[in-house]
Amino acid sequence: MPAIRPYLRLVTAPGAAPPHNGNRIAFMPERTTDTSAANDLATNDLAKCLSAVAAHQDRRAFRTLFDHFAPRVRAYGMRLGCTPQQAEELAQETMVKVWRKAGLFDPAKAAPSTWIFRIARNQRIDAFRRESHPEFDPNDPGLVPDEEIPADQLIEQRQSGEALRLMLETLPEEQKLLLHMSFYQDMSHSHIADKLNLPLGTVKSRLRLAMGKLKTRLTEPHAISTEEFDT
Amino acid sequence: MNIQHHISEDTLLAYSAGNLSEAWGLMVATHLALCPSCRARAHEAESIGGALLDALAPAGTSDDSAFAALMQSIDDMPIEVAQPTVRAAPSVLPEPLRSYVGGDLYALRWKRLGMGVYHLPIKTRDGKASARLLKVPAGRPVPLHSHTGEEMTLVLVGSFHTYQGNFQRGDIETADASVEHMPIAAPGEDCICLAVTDSPLRFRSLAARIVQPFIGI
Repeated sequence: MPAIRPYLRLVTAPGAAPPHNGNRIAFMPERTTDTSAANDLATNDLAKCLSAVAAHQDRRAFRTLFDHFAPRVRAYGMRLGCTPQQAEELAQETMVKVWRKAGLFDPAKAAPSTWIFRIARNQRIDAFRRESHPEFDPNDPGLVPDEEIPADQLIEQRQSGEALRLMLETLPEEQKLLLHMSFYQDMSHSHIADKLNLPLGTVKSRLRLAMGKLKTRLTEPHAISTEEFDT
Repeated sequence: MNIQHHISEDTLLAYSAGNLSEAWGLMVATHLALCPSCRARAHEAESIGGALLDALAPAGTSDDSAFAALMQSIDDMPIEVAQPTVRAAPSVLPEPLRSYVGGDLYALRWKRLGMGVYHLPIKTRDGKASARLLKVPAGRPVPLHSHTGEEMTLVLVGSFHTYQGNFQRGDIETADASVEHMPIAAPGEDCICLAVTDSPLRFRSLAARIVQPFIGI
C-alpha cells in the first residue's frame, strides 16, 4: 500500500517512538479475526493522518483513515443492530465528520480511535435513536477547568490507544463479554443482567472490576511487562 | 470546589458507551462540566470504546469507488477550525444544560409547584425519563417522598442535606425505589438543582398526593 508509506515513515524513524514502546509490533496480540494490514497502523500514524487532513486537506492521509476506520465503524453499526445499509450510512456520515472536524482533534488529549469512537457513537444516537448525546463544551466559561496535567501523563494518554487494546485482551472472558455488551448492544445494565440471567449487582461489580483493572494498569505503565505479549 | 458525591462507575460507563437516554445523559454531562475528575474517568471509559472499535474485525471493504463517492460529497464542505478559548464571565449553569434551558439562571421562567417550590421542565427527546430544574426555598424541605424508579439530583446553587449527607454544587444524589427521603435545603440560599427521574415521585403526605396529578411531577 504505497499510499500510507509516508505516514508510516514518520513514526518508524529512529527515536520517534517512546523507548518502552519501541517493539510495539512485536508484541501485538494475535487476532485471528483480523487480517487487515491496516490494523497494524499505530495511534501515532493515525494521529498524523488526522493532522495532515486538518493542515492541508490531505486526501491521501484521509484515505488511510478511511481504510482503517470506515470498515470498523460499519462493524460497530452492525453489532448494534443496524442493517448493512444503515451501517454503511453510519460509516459514511462518521467519515464526513472526521474530515470536517479534523482541525478539532488534539493528539495530546485523545487517541484517534477514541476521538472517532465518540463521533460514531454520537452519530448513531442521533440517526437511529433520534436523541442527542448531551456533552460538555470544553470551551464553555461555565466549565470547571482541569488542573494542569503533568507532561508524563500526557505521554501516557497518547500511548493508551495501543496499551488499552492490549490490556483488553488480558481481561477475564466474563468481564470482556460485559464490556462488549455495554458498548455494542445498546443495552442498559439491567437488560444485560436479564439477558445473562445474572443479578444486576453482579453485572455492575464485574464492570467496575474490569474498569478498575484497566485503570490500574494504565496508571502504572511498568506494571505490565512487554514480554507478556511476545509471541 | 470540592465535589463529594460523584457519578457511579457503571453510569459513567453507560454514558460513555452511548447507552443512556437523553435526560440521564444531560445529568451526566452537566456533572462532567463541573467535575474534572469525573471528566478524566469518562475519558478513560471512552478510550475503552476506542480500543474496542480498533479491535473490531473490519466489516466490508473500502474500495476506490466508495472513497471517491465520499470525497465527492465532502468536496465543498468547510473544515471546522478550533475556536480560541474565550473565557467570558463564568455562568452558573454550564453547557450543555444552559442551552437546554435557553439561558443562564437569571433568564429562566420558573413555574410554581406549590409549597414554595418552583420547577422548570426541560425539553429533551427522551421518551422515558424526564429532566427539570427545581428551586427549593432556603431552609425548606422537599416534601417526604419515595420513588417508583430512579432519581438523580445535581446541585447547581446552594446545598441540601438528606440522611445520606450534605450535597453542594456539583454533587449528585442518587435515589431509587428503596429510598424514602426528605431533602432539606440549607438556610441562607435557595437551592437550585437539576433533577432527572424515570417515574413519578410518590409523596407521602395526602395533601401532596392530591395536588401531584395537577402539578405534573
